[in-house]
Amino acid sequence: MRLEPLPNPSPLRSVGVTLLALGLAFALVGGVFWAYGLGPLEAYRTMLEGTLLDPRGWQEVLRRTIPLLLIGVGLSLAFRTQFYNIGAEGQLLLGAVLAAGVALFLPLPPALSLPAMALAAALGGALWCGLAAWLKNRLSVNEILTTLMLNYVAQSLVIYLINGPWRGKDVRGYIYSDRFAEHQQLPVLLGTNVHWPTLALGVVLALLLQLLLFRSTLGFRLRVVGENPGAARYLGIPQSRAFLVVALITGGTAGLAGFGEIAGIHHRLIEPTQLSSGYGFTAIIVAWLARGHPALVLLTAPLMGLILAGGDVLKVALNMPFRIVDVFSGVMLFALIGSELFLHYRLRLR
Amino acid sequence: MEEVLNALARALSFGTPLLIACLGALLNERAGVVNLGVEGMMALGALAGFAVAYGEGGNGNLWLAVPAAMLAGGLAALLHGFVTITLQANQFVSGLALSMVGLGVAGLLGKRYEGLPLFDHPPEGPFILGAIGLALLLAFLFSATRLGLALRSVGENPAAADLLGLNVLALRYGAVVAGGALAGLAGAYLSLVYRPSWTDGMTAGLGWIAVALVIFVGWNPLRAIFGAVFFGLLYYLQFRLQGQSGIPSEVFASLPYLLVILVLALSGLRGQQGNAPEALGKPYRRGER
Amino acid sequence: MGKPLLQLRDITKRFPGVVANDRVSLELYPGEVLALLGENGAGKSTLVSILYGLYRPDEGEILIEGSPVRIASPVDALRHGIGLVPQHPVLVGRHTVAENLALGSGAALFPSRRILPLIERIAGGYGLQVDPRAYVHQLSPGEKQRVEIVRALLRGAKVLILDEPTSVLTPQEAQALFRVMRELKAAGKSLIFISHKLDEVLSIADRCVVLRRGRVVGDLPIERASKTSLAELMVGRQVSFERRRQTPAPGPVVLRVEGLEARSERGLPTLRGVGFELRAGEVLGIAGIAGNGQSELVEVLAGLRRPQGGRVLLEGKSLPSDPARLFTLGVAHIPEDRIRMGSVPNMSVAENLALRSFEQPPIAHGFLLNPKALATQAQEQVRAYAIATPSVHTPARLLSGGNLQKVILARELATQARLILAVHPTYGLDIGATEQVHEALLHQTRLGAAVVLVSEDLEELLSLSDRIGVMHRGELLGPYAATEVSREQIGLLMTGGAA
Repeated sequence: MRLEPLPNPSPLRSVGVTLLALGLAFALVGGVFWAYGLGPLEAYRTMLEGTLLDPRGWQEVLRRTIPLLLIGVGLSLAFRTQFYNIGAEGQLLLGAVLAAGVALFLPLPPALSLPAMALAAALGGALWCGLAAWLKNRLSVNEILTTLMLNYVAQSLVIYLINGPWRGKDVRGYIYSDRFAEHQQLPVLLGTNVHWPTLALGVVLALLLQLLLFRSTLGFRLRVVGENPGAARYLGIPQSRAFLVVALITGGTAGLAGFGEIAGIHHRLIEPTQLSSGYGFTAIIVAWLARGHPALVLLTAPLMGLILAGGDVLKVALNMPFRIVDVFSGVMLFALIGSELFLHYRLRLR
Repeated sequence: MEEVLNALARALSFGTPLLIACLGALLNERAGVVNLGVEGMMALGALAGFAVAYGEGGNGNLWLAVPAAMLAGGLAALLHGFVTITLQANQFVSGLALSMVGLGVAGLLGKRYEGLPLFDHPPEGPFILGAIGLALLLAFLFSATRLGLALRSVGENPAAADLLGLNVLALRYGAVVAGGALAGLAGAYLSLVYRPSWTDGMTAGLGWIAVALVIFVGWNPLRAIFGAVFFGLLYYLQFRLQGQSGIPSEVFASLPYLLVILVLALSGLRGQQGNAPEALGKPYRRGER
Repeated sequence: MGKPLLQLRDITKRFPGVVANDRVSLELYPGEVLALLGENGAGKSTLVSILYGLYRPDEGEILIEGSPVRIASPVDALRHGIGLVPQHPVLVGRHTVAENLALGSGAALFPSRRILPLIERIAGGYGLQVDPRAYVHQLSPGEKQRVEIVRALLRGAKVLILDEPTSVLTPQEAQALFRVMRELKAAGKSLIFISHKLDEVLSIADRCVVLRRGRVVGDLPIERASKTSLAELMVGRQVSFERRRQTPAPGPVVLRVEGLEARSERGLPTLRGVGFELRAGEVLGIAGIAGNGQSELVEVLAGLRRPQGGRVLLEGKSLPSDPARLFTLGVAHIPEDRIRMGSVPNMSVAENLALRSFEQPPIAHGFLLNPKALATQAQEQVRAYAIATPSVHTPARLLSGGNLQKVILARELATQARLILAVHPTYGLDIGATEQVHEALLHQTRLGAAVVLVSEDLEELLSLSDRIGVMHRGELLGPYAATEVSREQIGLLMTGGAA
C-alpha cells in the first residue's frame, strides 16, 4: 500500500472522508458500549429514541446546540489561525461568573440588565482566553496547555464563589448563588429550555464570522497567518496580534455561551459540572468538523448537540456515567484528525 | 530536622508518579513525538492496575497488576502512535483526544470499582527507587548507547536517520508505546500504592503537570528527578498549609494548574524551548521511494 | 581501462508531466572521475536519487561489476559500495561529528567513542580534516561536506557521488576538495562529480557525461571537451559569457547604510559595521558563503530584524522596521524562500498577487474585500508576466517554481519600487524563467530602482551587478566595481583573504 498525493481534491471528497470518519467513530464507540456491557445497537437505539424520535428530545438537542454553536464559531476561526484554544470550557465559566456578577450585584435598569450581562460574559471569556494568547506571544507558552489549565482554575473559581461570597441565602445542602430576577432571565420558546435570543445570536455570529474571514481585510490577514506564518512575518502582518484578536473573539463567544446557560436555563450561578456538560470540549469537534468555515458550524453544532443529548438519555435511561460523552468526543476527534491525510492523499494498493 | 526529612520523604512519595510519567513523556518527546494524553493514559493504567489487583472481590493478583497497567498505557499510546506517526495527524490534538478517551473509558469501565478498598498493596519504596533508577537508565541510554543515539537522531532529524537506514517509524512507535507504558505505571502507583483505591478523576491533573515538567527540565532525564521532587514538595506544602491557613481550599485545588502555567512561563522566560528536539511535533514523511 | 565498476542501462524515470531521465546509459570505471553535467532540471538529481536508492527507475537496470543489482534504499546503495555526498548535508546539527558518523553503524554501547580511531584513520588517510568532537551546527559548509565524505568512506564506498559539492564552497575550499578527490582517485575509488560549473569540470574530471532534458547528449573524455563545447551541449545552443550589463549613469543616492550591527538569536554578532551607498538605477551584488550575514543584512533592510547599531536611510529618511510600511515606501522584497515566505501556497493565485495590496482600494472597500477587483487585478498581472496558471483562483501550491516566482515578482514590482531586495531570485529556475527574472530586474533599474542582489551564483552576480560586495563573518568587503574584480578575487574575499 502507498499514498498517492491528490493535487486538487474535489470538495466532495472532503464530505465523503468526513462521513467515513464519523462512521468509524460510531463503530469504535460501539465497541466501548460493548466493553461496558451494553449492546451497541441497543445503546444507539436508546439515544435515538430519546432524542430525535421524541418531541421533548428535540428541545434537548436544540438547547445543547446553542452553546456548541456559539463556542464552535469562535473555535473554527481560532483553529484556522492555528491558535489551539482548548479552554472554551473555562471561558464559558468565566463568562457565566461575570454575567452572574452583573446580575447579582450591579443595580441596572431592567432593560439594560440582559445586554450588560451578555457584554460582561463576552468580556470575561475574552480576557480568560486573552491571557493564554498573551503568554503565548510574550513567553512562547503553548496555548493548548495554558487554556486547558485555565479550565481547572475557572472551575475552582466558580466553586469558591458559590460556596463562599456568592452563596445563596435560600441554599440548603447544595451550593449555588441567589436566583436572578425575572428581567435578568432570557426568554425561551414556550414550554422549553430553548433560549432563542442566544440561538439567534449564534446564527448571526456564524454568518458574520464567515463574512469576516472571507470577505474582510482582517479575515485575509488571519488566513495568511494561519496558512503561512513565515509569509505573514515577511509581509509585516504580526502573528501575535492575529493570535490576540482570535483569542478575544473565540473567548468572547465562549463567554456568551456561559451567559446563555445561566440566563436562559439555570437562572443562577451553579456548580461548574452542571453548568456546562463539557461544551467547551465538544465544541472542539464541532469546529474541527466545520474545517475552518464558521458558517458550517450551523450544521456541525446540531450534530454534536444530538450526541450530548443522547449522552444524557443514556445517563437517565441506562444509568450510564456521563463520561460516555468524553469517549464520544475523544474518539470522534481521533477519527477526524486521523482521516485528514486522506483529504489530500489517496490510498493505492500495489 | 525530623520535619525536613519527613517533608522530603513525602515529597519523594508525591513526586514519584510525576517522575515516572514525566520520564515517559520525555522519552517519546526525545524521539520527536509529543503526547499530551499522559493524563488519560495514567487514568487507564490506574484502572487496569486496580482492576487486576482487585480481581473478583479482592482476590486479584498484585504481581500482574503493574504489568497490566503498563500494558493499558502502552496500548493507549499505540493509538496515539497510529494516528500521529502513520496517519501523520496533529500530535497535540491527538494527545488531547487521547486524554478524553482515556479519562472517559476509565471513568466508564471503572464505575464498578468505585469506593472499593484494596487491602493488600505494594510498598512505595521500590517504586521510588525504581523511578530514580529509571531516570539514570534513560540518561545512560541517551548518552552512551546506539539505541539512544538512534532515538535522539529520530527526534532531531528524522530524514537523516532514515537515509542511514534507521527505521524512523519503528523507533518512534517504540518510544511512544514505552512512554505510554510508563504513564500507565505512574497511574498504577496512584491506584495501588499512593491511595489504594479507584476513583474517577484520581489522576487530578498530574499527567498535565508531567507534560509541563518535560519542558521545565529541558528534556533532561537527570534534571527530571529534581523537577519531580520540587513539585512533590509543593504538593506537600499544599497539604500542610491547607488546614492551617485561612485560604479557601479551592485555591489549593487550582494550585497545580496555576503551577503548570507558571512553570511554562518560567521556561519561556529562560528560553527553555530552545532545548526542544528539532523535529518535535512534526510528523515524518519520506519522499517517494 | 578494464571492466566498468558501475553501469547504468537505459534508465528511465517519469514524474507526472515530465520524463526526468530518458533512457540514460553510462559507465563508470575504477579510479576515474566522471563529471555529470547539466543545467538545473536536466535530470542530474533524479539520476543521483536513483543511484542512491531514493527513487526507483521505471525502466532500465543498474549493474555493479557486471551483475544487475536492485537498489531500494540508501542502505542498499551503501551495501553495494555507492556513497553519496549530498549537496545539502544530511547531518544532525545537535550531535557531534562522531555521533553523526556512528549513527546507524556504531557499536551498541558507547558508539561515538568507539568509532573515534576509525574516523581518525580514514580522515588522516585521505587528508580530510575533521574534528570528531565538534558539534555539527558549529561547522562550516566545507567541514560538513568533509564529514559526509568520511561517512561514505567509513561505510566502505567504492563509488562516491558528489552532488554539486562546490556550490557551497569558495574557490579556495573547492581547490582543497579537489586535492582530496585526487587522493581518493589515487586510492582506486571512482567518483561521480556533479556540477554545472565548467571550469571545475575541466580541471578535475577524466570524462564527462552531459545531460539535457533527461537525456544523455554527450559522453566524451575531458581532452576532447572545451568550455564552449560543453556549454553548447548543456544548453543546446550557443551561449555567450559576456557581461549583460552596461553601467548606467549614476542617479541620486537611494539607500545609505552606516555602521550596521546585528546579533543572532544566540547573541552572536552577525553584522559588524556594514556600510554602503546605493544609487538609483544601480545593482549592488552581495556575494558570500551562506551564513556570513547576507540573510541578516537583507532582513534588516526588509524590516524583519532590528539592528543593534548603526542606521539605514532610505532617501535620507530612517527606515521603519515594519515590512508593510517599507513596501508602501517603495521597498520590494523577493525573498529567499518562495514557499515558506514569498507565498501562501494554499491561497489562490489572485490572493497571492494581492498579499501586498489587499488593504488598499480597489481591492479593499473599507474593511471589506472586493472579490471582483481582486480577480481583475490578478488577471492583468497574470497576462503581463505570462504566468502559466489554469485560473487566478487556482491555489498557488499547484504552480511550478518559475511561475510562482513570477507571481512574487508581479506582486512586488506592481508599484514602482525605489529599492528591490532580491535574494537568490533565480535559484532552481530554468533558463527561460531565469532570463525573465533578470530582465524584470534590469527593467526596474532603468525605471530608477536600486537593487540589492544576493546570490551564490557568481556568474549571475558578475553579469548583473554594477558593484559587488562580499560578506564575510558579518563584514561587508568592498563593494568593488564589477568590471574591476575577477571571479577569483571574489572567491578569495569570501574566505577572508585580501583581494
